[in-house]
Amino acid sequence: MGWYNKRLSKSIWVFHVSASPCNNCDIEILDLLTPKYDVERFGIKLVGSVRHADVLLVSGVANNKVAPKVKYLYDQAPKPCFVVGVGTCPASGCCFKKSYNVPGKVEDTIPINLYIPGCPPKPEAMIEGVVKLVEVLNG
Amino acid sequence: MSKNIIPVGPFHPLLEEAEYFTLKVDGEKVTGIDLDIGWMHRGHEFISETKTFTQSIYLVERICGICSTSHPLACVHAIEDIDNIDIPLRARYIRTLIGELERIHSHLLWIGLAGHFIGYDTLWMWAWKYREPVLQMFEIISGNRNHYGMMRVGGVAKDVDPSSIPKLYNILDDIAVKMDMIANAANDDPVLRSRLVGVGVLSYEEAVRFCAVGPTSRASGITADVRKDDPGDAYDLVEFNTIVMKNGDVYDKLVVRVLETLESIKIVRQCLDKLKNINGPILNDVKEISPGEGIGRYEAPRGEVFHYIRSDGTNRPVRHKVRAPSYVNIPTFEASCIGIPIADALITLAAVDPCYCCTERSIKVVDSARQPTKIDLLKISREKTDYLRRQINGN
Repeated sequence: MGWYNKRLSKSIWVFHVSASPCNNCDIEILDLLTPKYDVERFGIKLVGSVRHADVLLVSGVANNKVAPKVKYLYDQAPKPCFVVGVGTCPASGCCFKKSYNVPGKVEDTIPINLYIPGCPPKPEAMIEGVVKLVEVLNG
Repeated sequence: MSKNIIPVGPFHPLLEEAEYFTLKVDGEKVTGIDLDIGWMHRGHEFISETKTFTQSIYLVERICGICSTSHPLACVHAIEDIDNIDIPLRARYIRTLIGELERIHSHLLWIGLAGHFIGYDTLWMWAWKYREPVLQMFEIISGNRNHYGMMRVGGVAKDVDPSSIPKLYNILDDIAVKMDMIANAANDDPVLRSRLVGVGVLSYEEAVRFCAVGPTSRASGITADVRKDDPGDAYDLVEFNTIVMKNGDVYDKLVVRVLETLESIKIVRQCLDKLKNINGPILNDVKEISPGEGIGRYEAPRGEVFHYIRSDGTNRPVRHKVRAPSYVNIPTFEASCIGIPIADALITLAAVDPCYCCTERSIKVVDSARQPTKIDLLKISREKTDYLRRQINGN
């Protein structure tokens, strides 16, 4: 699928999945679209439907209620689809890993290709993460 | 009369959080609304009971990323209430400074999102552009854009560097100019007026009936502000006005938030003036928390946030209860959304600035075979109060 991935890297369309986060990463993701960071100049666009998405941005720990829906969303996304875990929560569970309502790692629900750690990660870090993804896609 | 149902969510392009609305519609009119929550529940109250007091302050910061200083402030107020701990004057001003900066960034965020919801993306981009300097101020003071980690029992964790104060003044002056511009724009803009005036009206009586708090209640004519009614920190030492409007529609909620931002800028300026002159410690050393219970209140950007903490003399809370402002503001949809067209429903839902991360606390279901009713919940709640009362009296 190398040729396909290379096409994908020109203009990445992302879909934002909030899997029980604290809103902070979500706000920073929206911040990326606003004039100071403006990732749309790189062709990165936030889309409304998961069926248009190339990359899923997952934030949060995915609690018992939301985890089946996140899996459902991932199944609906056209493949190849890459998943980026934004923030510490998908990476390690942050301070919620001992909670009764958190079934485990987000990794057990859907495969994650790239992690951007930080609580919340700075928009610059998110841009760097996406640039790394583009480098991988280009081979 | 045929009734149709429009489901919105849990993952909807306009909703940044996962939540699930069911709008019952008859033609164009909304006749009923139902809300399914629990998508964000992470069990903060349970985790907090396994952490020490200092750790639980950093934990409640993660309840919500937007009001990420309101929850720690209410939490430290609750812990300080147990032992009547005093905090140094400089720390009081720093707490107020952080709290008011947060109000500016939260209200600007809402103004932007409201523009986005009515399809007015120019307003979104402009409001968020002018929100960036506020985050820059946070970065100068605390080192992080969000989740500042400033609050501690008995004071604050970090001091404001005196050499950074001129820089903070400069940034604040910029923000003040831009905020005046946004205030004028909100006043003049024909698009905003035609979309928001008279939409989603929450009358004074309904606001009282649903016990609405914060800007939602102040837009309906209720003069309620924890900063004035129960001033903690430095709020009794600074001058500001409580903004009250009377129509209760979405436009008034917008105006309340815009004018409150201007008031917050005034408070921040007063705090910076004082921080230049007041020197001294920023943290009182608190050795241990004695057994007892305490409550803490703070006026978050969305309304009154309430924390209850019970201590048994060890280093961790036995019970930690959180009540967020959205918990009482969300039911006002019942009053404001019924009878309006679908096109106006979303902005009305967004007008109370609902934060579902804050709202979703746990309910203990004893008999899982059937759904608990209101009477069951009341019974469980009263039994628990009795149980706690017996325990406290027993001690």
